[in-house]
Amino acid sequence: MKPVLEVANLRVSFASGTRAVRGISLAVQRGETHCLVGESGCGKSVSSLAIMNLLARGATRSADILRFHDTDLLKLTERQMAQLRGDKLAMIFQEPMTSLNPAYTIGSQMAEALTRHRRISRAKALDRAAELLERVGITAPGMRLAQYPHQLSGGLRQRVMIAMALMCDPELLIADEPTTALDVTVQAQILRLLQTLQRELGLALLLITHDLGIVARMAQRVSVMYAGEVVESASAEALFARPTHPYTRGLLECIPIPGASRRDAPLGSIPGVVPRIGPDFKGCGFRDRCAHAAPICAEMAPLQHAAPNHDYLCRLPPDWPEAAAA
Amino acid sequence: MLQFLLRRALLAVLVCLTVLVVAFVLTRLSGDLAISIAGPQATAEDIATIRQNYGLDRPLVVQFFDWAAHAAQGDLGRSYLYHAPVAGLIADRLPITLTLGLSGLAIALLVAIPLGILAAMYEATFVDRAIGIVALIGQAMPSFWIGLVLIIVLGLKLQWLPISGVDTWEGYIMPAVVLAFSAIPALMRLTRAGMIDALASDYIRTARAKGLRPGRIVLKHALRNAAMPVVSVAAVQLGFMLGGSIVIEAVFALHGVGYLAWESISKNDFPVVQAVVLFLAVVYIGLTLLADMMNAVLDPRLRTA
Amino acid sequence: MSLRHFATGLGLLIVGIVLVAGLLAPYIAPHDPFAQDLMKRMIPPEWMDGGSALYPFGTDQLGRDYLSRLLYGARISLLIGTLAVVTSGLIGITLGILGGYFGGRVDDVVMFAITCRLSIPLILVALTVVAFVGSSLTVVVLTLGLLLWDRFAVVARTTTMQVRTLDYIAAAQAAGASRLHILTREVLPNILSHLVVVATLEMALAILLEAALSFLGLGVPPPLPSWGLMIAEGKDYMFFSPWVIMIPGIALFVLVLGINLLGDGLRDMLGTGRRV
Repeated sequence: MKPVLEVANLRVSFASGTRAVRGISLAVQRGETHCLVGESGCGKSVSSLAIMNLLARGATRSADILRFHDTDLLKLTERQMAQLRGDKLAMIFQEPMTSLNPAYTIGSQMAEALTRHRRISRAKALDRAAELLERVGITAPGMRLAQYPHQLSGGLRQRVMIAMALMCDPELLIADEPTTALDVTVQAQILRLLQTLQRELGLALLLITHDLGIVARMAQRVSVMYAGEVVESASAEALFARPTHPYTRGLLECIPIPGASRRDAPLGSIPGVVPRIGPDFKGCGFRDRCAHAAPICAEMAPLQHAAPNHDYLCRLPPDWPEAAAA
Repeated sequence: MLQFLLRRALLAVLVCLTVLVVAFVLTRLSGDLAISIAGPQATAEDIATIRQNYGLDRPLVVQFFDWAAHAAQGDLGRSYLYHAPVAGLIADRLPITLTLGLSGLAIALLVAIPLGILAAMYEATFVDRAIGIVALIGQAMPSFWIGLVLIIVLGLKLQWLPISGVDTWEGYIMPAVVLAFSAIPALMRLTRAGMIDALASDYIRTARAKGLRPGRIVLKHALRNAAMPVVSVAAVQLGFMLGGSIVIEAVFALHGVGYLAWESISKNDFPVVQAVVLFLAVVYIGLTLLADMMNAVLDPRLRTA
Repeated sequence: MSLRHFATGLGLLIVGIVLVAGLLAPYIAPHDPFAQDLMKRMIPPEWMDGGSALYPFGTDQLGRDYLSRLLYGARISLLIGTLAVVTSGLIGITLGILGGYFGGRVDDVVMFAITCRLSIPLILVALTVVAFVGSSLTVVVLTLGLLLWDRFAVVARTTTMQVRTLDYIAAAQAAGASRLHILTREVLPNILSHLVVVATLEMALAILLEAALSFLGLGVPPPLPSWGLMIAEGKDYMFFSPWVIMIPGIALFVLVLGINLLGDGLRDMLGTGRRV
């Protein structure tokens, strides 16, 4: 099946010389949730902004493939891209408290998402907005439409953001840490909402998160990002059953995953911080924090297959702890 | 919100009282007013008459409270130069100064806001720097001098505009432009700063993610939020412009409130001087209050809190 | 970046030239700036028809050498600018630091003083004081000094508030340092960079205000060669001899521009940002 979104060798660098994204590849299928997971600063948010062409000034992107269905996003002008954004491609952000314009009502901000892309009256757009607010679980939608963002709680605002992203029936929804800023109980509600919507609308969902608990719960496919690269990519099942990259293993040891972690296993931690990657960087980005680093890691990190559709970026063989012991 | 406005109103009253004292003290700085009014040729008898007519023979404290009490009722005293009530004199001259101030403010906003937006959109590029330097140049030109240069060039050499007076509306063009000059740099910088903050905000990213057109993002989503401080400062600037129009009115011979004040200062017509000082201060205080209320209307967070 | 550096350098150059010209005026001025010669009135500058190398910038309506008056005028502008800034700086910084450091009632009083000052119409009150007290250099300096302290106070107040919460102030307090010591030795040096930028802005403003007052006949008394006064005196002749207002006007503009460019450069260098 042809993916909704296909990305190959996407790169983003900043004017400062920092290489934020260093050639990531991923594909999102219709009806699939693809999780892009990694710690803060690994380049996952920048990747999503690069896909949407929403990078701040001073950042440049390049890619071998950046395709939405049959549309080559790299060839679009900003004007053409803007026509696609908010229509077929929608995005929601981490900060529900600041992502809505404080000066306009919820209704006004939701309606313009539709009137921008469809020839439709404002009144009709407001009807649609009310319908979607109800759909995302907001009671008394008529009242909410007339309210300003500051009158709503964080959870409500994130529901509004989701409803707003759905105004034009998008095919791809990119959600950048949509629950990070919210209370735990609200988080669970929002995630359930996203799951339901995705199932019912057949959305392709690219979910960006640092939380492996969310990955375990939501993802069909996972890309683990570290220092601007996807270091391991697999189906969710395979990733949790047979994590291969040392970083992925480290991550999984840090967090108890219901059903995935052994009950008696000690929780681990990864010492050190994500390095800053300059233009001359070579080799594996994880080597300074990796317990298994070897001299060759300063030169290269090869792409290997642990299984069909299970790739990782490391010198170690797929069955390395056992192989090393042997 | 109501408490905030009440507090501001109380503050305004206190400031008014202080200005009342300042205006009174100012005109007594010369020592014996009667001697200055009477002029060099006056006899001792003349001076005594003046002193009595204007109540200057009374103790200063009595003079002050008498004036303050009348001023509070809108009676600002009589001009000895015009032999007319000061309040009436100010009211007669006010339309000219007000027209000048408002058109000056309108011109300033029409120039400053687009320039500020442009500078913010192209922050840290050549465009931004060039606009910044143009603002510095504008700020460095003495307004009375620009006035004279415009009179020479536009009035005399090209004969496009009348060089003085406001018999027709064209007479207002040059003085209003010159008055606007002084307010443009501040308004421009404020618009720029506000727009830079607004454009970097999360809701602008949301607006872009919705695919909105750049014009709508800048003018609807960013400008609305950047406009709030600009509105307050515009009101304050109007206050400064009404006060500063004295220079412009002198250059273009416009008989507004500023011209009246200038004349009265030169001729020791102290009732007019203290009244104009008080009047302009009250207008300024009123404008700052108005700015607070306008912000409350513009900012839904204040309005609905 | 280059435009920025060029602008700052230009500002420094302008201020330097005017400063040297003012300081050396007695030595480099070709004539006595007060010497009238009614036979040589309104001679145009050297580069115009009828100009003479003897009077490079021409003469005024009383036959005084314009270049000499311009050079001596630089002294007046700089003197008034500097002294007015010193006076207003002393008042404003003291008020601002007190309000920012002590907060509460003290701060209420300082804020009230600032509000009152802002509501008083600047030029009108300055004119009134000069008119009713009598015009002299001292009166102009004191009047401007007493009126231009508001921005010093505002900036000193906000920056002091930020500095107050920092660790080393708490350390000084804990070590039992006197309040005066803390304010002058710990707070003041740390807010000084912001105040330097304000000083340039206020100096430019003071020079422009002096010129405006003199232009309205209520500033520096004649026959002192203030640039504002030169424009006022030349006003009656400007239709036939525009240079009489162009020369002092451009001098005024260039000096104020230089000070502003310098202030802008300092703001960048000292990293005081958009606060002032």
